[in-house]
Amino acid sequence: MPSLGADMEAGTLVEWLKKPGDRVVRGDVIAVVETHKGAIEIEVFQTGTLETLIAKPGQKVAVGLPMAFIRGEGEGAAAPAAAPTSQEAQPTPRVAMPPPPGPLTVPPLTAPAGVRASPAARKRAAELAVDVKRIAGTGAGGAITLADVEHAAAAPAPSPIDAMRQAIGAAMARSKREIPHYYLAHTIDLEPALRWLEEENAKRPPPERVLYGVLLLKAVARALHEYREFNGFWTNGRFQPSERIHLGVAISIGKSGLIAPAIHDVDNLPIPQLMSALRDLVARARRGGLRSSELSDPTITVTSLGEQSAETVFPVIYPPQVAIVGFGMVLERPWIVAGAVVPRRVISCSLAGDHRVSDGHRGARFLSAVARLLQEPQSL
Amino acid sequence: MTATTYREAVRTAHREALQRDSRVFLMGEDVGQYGGSYACTKGLLEEFGAERIRDTPLSEAGFVGAGIGAALAGMRPIVEIMTVNFSLLALDQIVNNAATIRHMSGGQFSIPLVIRMATGAGRQVAAQHSHSLECWYAHVPGIRVVAPATLADARGMLWTALEDPDPVVIFEHATLYSLEGELPDDARSVDIDRAAVLRPGHDVTLIAYSANVQKAMEAAQQLAAEKIDAEVIDLRSLRPLDDATIMASVRKTRRAVVVDEGWRSGSLAAEISARIMEQAFYDLDAPVGRVCSEEVPIPYPKHLEDAAVPQPEKIAAAVRALFGDHG
Amino acid sequence: MTDHGDKVRLDREHLLHLMREMMRIRRFEERCVELYSGTKIRGFLHLYIGEEANAVGVMQALNPKDAVITTYREHGHALARGIAARPLMAEMYGKIEGTSRGRGGSMHVFDKATRFYGGNAIVAGGLPLAVGIALADKMRGERNVTACFFGDGATAEGVFHESLNLAALWKLPVMFVCENNRYAMGTAIERAESQIDLVRHAESYAIRAEAVDGMDVVAVEIAARRAASLVRETGEPYFLENRTYRFRAHSMYDPELYRTKAEVEEWKKRDPIPFLEAWMHNTGTLHSDDLPRLEAAIAAEIDDAVAFAEAGHWEPVEDLCRDVMTPPDMRKKEAAA
Repeated sequence: MPSLGADMEAGTLVEWLKKPGDRVVRGDVIAVVETHKGAIEIEVFQTGTLETLIAKPGQKVAVGLPMAFIRGEGEGAAAPAAAPTSQEAQPTPRVAMPPPPGPLTVPPLTAPAGVRASPAARKRAAELAVDVKRIAGTGAGGAITLADVEHAAAAPAPSPIDAMRQAIGAAMARSKREIPHYYLAHTIDLEPALRWLEEENAKRPPPERVLYGVLLLKAVARALHEYREFNGFWTNGRFQPSERIHLGVAISIGKSGLIAPAIHDVDNLPIPQLMSALRDLVARARRGGLRSSELSDPTITVTSLGEQSAETVFPVIYPPQVAIVGFGMVLERPWIVAGAVVPRRVISCSLAGDHRVSDGHRGARFLSAVARLLQEPQSL
Repeated sequence: MTATTYREAVRTAHREALQRDSRVFLMGEDVGQYGGSYACTKGLLEEFGAERIRDTPLSEAGFVGAGIGAALAGMRPIVEIMTVNFSLLALDQIVNNAATIRHMSGGQFSIPLVIRMATGAGRQVAAQHSHSLECWYAHVPGIRVVAPATLADARGMLWTALEDPDPVVIFEHATLYSLEGELPDDARSVDIDRAAVLRPGHDVTLIAYSANVQKAMEAAQQLAAEKIDAEVIDLRSLRPLDDATIMASVRKTRRAVVVDEGWRSGSLAAEISARIMEQAFYDLDAPVGRVCSEEVPIPYPKHLEDAAVPQPEKIAAAVRALFGDHG
Repeated sequence: MTDHGDKVRLDREHLLHLMREMMRIRRFEERCVELYSGTKIRGFLHLYIGEEANAVGVMQALNPKDAVITTYREHGHALARGIAARPLMAEMYGKIEGTSRGRGGSMHVFDKATRFYGGNAIVAGGLPLAVGIALADKMRGERNVTACFFGDGATAEGVFHESLNLAALWKLPVMFVCENNRYAMGTAIERAESQIDLVRHAESYAIRAEAVDGMDVVAVEIAARRAASLVRETGEPYFLENRTYRFRAHSMYDPELYRTKAEVEEWKKRDPIPFLEAWMHNTGTLHSDDLPRLEAAIAAEIDDAVAFAEAGHWEPVEDLCRDVMTPPDMRKKEAAA
């Protein structure tokens, strides 16, 4: 089937005008083929004898495929007619996409100063609270794609919490290795303090109400005035007492994180202010907004595991501090008051001390001081 | 330095070219006796004679094709098509001959032809006389397209264009002819393939060509009062586009608005926006804005014509939109 | 070698030359039919079969410094102008050895050496180019003729009128050669022109014009020599309407629904090659072995050209975008040229 036009892919044979055995001369019209433009007579380019007809009238034949065989003059075997060149593929080379040419090539995306993250990726990162800076991008030129963000969010890879866990572990291991701990515990009647607090809080609107933990902090801070060997740092083989009293307050973060940043000069803070400071500290701790000084400044730590706690806490000292005070749950217990058994709310207050700096004798008196201060809540 | 006008700069450029190179001659409607429909060629006929300053009949296809033929055969013709509006009659010669002969001949022939046309709206001359079809020409491989927006470019681009072995189409915005300014007395040619940063800035890049460069500068002034520091780029060359200058600016400012008097759909602004997306996507802090002509044939009454084409206020508003609430 | 005087030599040597030139074109075109059918040549193919006398006759009047511009039906003009069969065939194949590095194909043959400016696929699109080329020659004081070939269809295009007007107005040395084969693709001239006497079109632009029998190569040569002489002398344009006929379809292929077989057969009786053969017979200028000898030589030449094209190379795809603009290293050179 000859090509009869630029866009012709196949033609339909209408009729043969020669029959097998006929002699044909180059230029003879041999058949009629139907194309979309109409019926066209097709010619032969060989001289010889028409031997075999292959295509049948009505048959559609692709351009380049044989329709008949002609035996050329002096030829033994038949030669294909109407497709004088071989049935090889198109003479044009297989179209390969040319490489992007010359000056209109899109130049490689060069790295800007900031993170290369697509708008979609950034949006998703914000939704998932993922930090794009930590993600390795798999997009063109290392850009961060939407998929990269979702992948990073799903993977529990090193989170700040885990890093913190490791840090806590290291500190606790060091503490137990280096500090000779001794432990004392004392149960304190907290009823007067709690009753006083309930009355005070009733007078205040909810945002201004004070938690009992604040009273504990204040009592510890005031008690430290007299018992200075529990407030300071062990550095360079010596104890350095601290003039000021910055209580480290243990705050839990997430499921398994713990941090103990300082509230500064607790002994001088009035209760309402101490409450605000505590609230602010807890919020910032949980948000990741602590200042580094707050983490390094505590002169002693107070840990109170709150209502989900145990009766007595046996805490571990945070080096380079030299003591840590723990409070257990508030429990209702039978108590002897003026010879009678009455229900009182009590709390266990424990002290771990660095035996290089203090001893049990002083520790016991310190705890008694705390207990005494808590009996006069209005003076805190 | 001499105080002069854009029109004068064009005329001076012609005179210098005709003096410098005997192969240069000018053809076009009313370029001779009339002195040029925009008075750009006044006096040239008297100075250089009818052989070199040829008034043509109203046969755009004929005389543009003749210009191509003359360039083929070794001359350096300047063909003036009165306006881009009439160039449509010659589009076949430009697109099918001027742009293709080098390629179709396998590099045997080049066509060192310069075509100048007035373009644009702003004089209440209605729909058939107010087109901005630069992007149609900028679309075609085989020709260069430039748009002088300043006096220096009006004077200098013609020189460079005449030295170019390939066809160069120069678009002169009709409202620029009376633009006043100063030019140094010693003539100089200017490059015709780079954009120019006319006003450096940090907050947004305004990309414009031709008469809109001025409008972009006005918008930049408005915006400066609002503490938005706009960088203004005069494209100068529409084909090829100077990607390097555009991207360097957008990487710095992270925002871009393209000003283009063509209709928005399929505009040159769309091409530039696409390139910015391809090459500076990760540097963008906002989508690329466009200020183009509205989708309407240019109307006759002034208030409607003004509303149809880019204006400084529209440019400033487009910039503000990129900043959202932060202003 | 042709001299551009207006006297035609009718001796055996010259007549054999005319015969050979026409036969070369005929056989080349016939081979192209075969190659196109076999998908070696692609796209559009416009054959000059039947019209050979026009290109051959007119080329006798031109010298190497003249310019030629023609249409997509250009193989005959290319061969008669002196472009070799090898690069012409390679161009048909699209190979890099072609006249335009294969970039143009059948419709866009260009050759700087012979001032052959294409090969134009837009009907009448080449006429303004011819005007411009003639303008350039005139401005440089050269006495060259620009021969501009086009068909009857072109006379309907606006740019035909613009070009004739300009050529006459500015007195430019263009020899307009209208090869009137009576059909603009499928539209007969009676259905396209209110004025079918094309000479009158030219005369309306104050251009001297004459009609010529385009099937008679000697008549064409006589008219062309006279026309070219006048153009050279006066520097003014001339218009030849060569009345001719194509025996094949407009292009490969069309079923020729627009004309009858009878009409084609009628015109085939005036085939320029047998016509010249008969004339040479009658004047005793043809020897019995002339035609077979010519056929053999021409067949060899065409076989060689086909083999050359077959063995030719495809331009590498990496070079796709070359020759769109002048490369930088050539710019300075061309600026000075």
